[in-house]
Amino acid sequence: MPHRLTLFTLFMLLAAGAAAKENVQFVVVADPYIELHTGPGAGYPITQIIERGEEVGILKRRTDWFKVRSPDGHEGWASQAQMELTLQPSGKAAEFPSAGRAAFDEHRWEWGVLAGDFGGATSYAGFGSYRFSRHLAVELNASQILGNFSDGWGASANIVHTFVPEWRASPFFSLGTGMIHIEPKAALAKTPDRNDQTAIVGFGVSSYLSRRFIVRLEYKNYVVLSSRNDNEVVEEWKAGFAVFF
Amino acid sequence: MESRFRSIFLSTAAVATCLSLGVASAWAQDSDVAPEVIEPTVERRDIDVAAIDTENYEVTLFVGLLSVEDFESGAVYGARLGYHLSESFFAEASYGTTKVGTSSFEKLGGGAVLLSDRNLSYYDLSLGYNLFPGEVFLGSKRAMNSVVYLVSGLGSTTFAEDNHFTVNLGFGVKVLPTDYLAVSFEVRDHMFDIDITGENKTTHNLQGALNISYFF
Repeated sequence: MPHRLTLFTLFMLLAAGAAAKENVQFVVVADPYIELHTGPGAGYPITQIIERGEEVGILKRRTDWFKVRSPDGHEGWASQAQMELTLQPSGKAAEFPSAGRAAFDEHRWEWGVLAGDFGGATSYAGFGSYRFSRHLAVELNASQILGNFSDGWGASANIVHTFVPEWRASPFFSLGTGMIHIEPKAALAKTPDRNDQTAIVGFGVSSYLSRRFIVRLEYKNYVVLSSRNDNEVVEEWKAGFAVFF
Repeated sequence: MESRFRSIFLSTAAVATCLSLGVASAWAQDSDVAPEVIEPTVERRDIDVAAIDTENYEVTLFVGLLSVEDFESGAVYGARLGYHLSESFFAEASYGTTKVGTSSFEKLGGGAVLLSDRNLSYYDLSLGYNLFPGEVFLGSKRAMNSVVYLVSGLGSTTFAEDNHFTVNLGFGVKVLPTDYLAVSFEVRDHMFDIDITGENKTTHNLQGALNISYFF
């Protein structure tokens, strides 16, 4: 009996949780009608419409499509363009801003991936950065290097200065330090793996693309402070994209 | 006498005017207050865009068969995280692992061993494109959303004690029984250069896999 009670309580809690989760907001159709597709894309067929003056319940969103419910319970996906022709309860036109240029100007966090050439080898990198101000950011970078004669990985911390953040293609300058690990390929004469410190100078251009995306092109000059007599200099070119928050 | 009457009359008129003005201004005050009583107090809220549940991420588990050139085919399994950029484009990161079989050289060579470690694992970052959105029909009553997509990307394969720069290219068919669950069948070619069999060559490693994804 106590078991059954516990189960019942659990069920009620789950039901309450499910009910609380359904957070539907309403807008009113202002155009003659809006079209409902079966899926979140222009290619999915239109099977329903909601007419002018009827309430539209917004259930969820995927990219620029909204899953909505009509007053008689039909569900379907409406495009952002059509949803912006509806009215909010206050009578104002509904707006569903994707993160835009304004959000980009205000953003703090950024993460992204880059691919390119590291001294003749292919390299991939992932980075995360935090902006203290519109001009200054600190960035952590991890990369994998895939070469014909050796493989390796690197990690670095950089300070990035953006000269004119409001430009569409915005140049930046970076200064950093890190570690690099190089493993010569096994087929060659046995040379030991190396761990060396690096000093890095770089410059590049980043540009706001759309929504939450940034494209980036960068050059970095690595001075590998090796334990041998000479320091090595390695040049790196990379391109990639980032997402901001 | 006449002037006295006139002054009384005038002063009465003045008092009357003042009084009527006072009453009028009192009335005016009353009519200023009156509309506040019938001011509507209905709360009209705007919608909160941030509170709309978004489902742009997709997490996937996959199981399939990976044919590793020269080293037989084996079961492959892995996981993937995707992000939908728009209705057409998505980005994803995958990881997969398998154990490779024996090459014909090892079988015929009488005890020769090419590999000390038979594990193969890969990761990649890819971009996908939803090519043909549509529906599939099950019987006469049920329709499910579907999409044929293309995918391609770059990554690294760890195999034969080495990391190999890998390009992948593939396509898949995805069926969505609900908005947040998808089942897909996907074929991908993982291409990388390797010299383990004596010559440096580009190998094609085909993978066919069944994916189950959850949108959140």
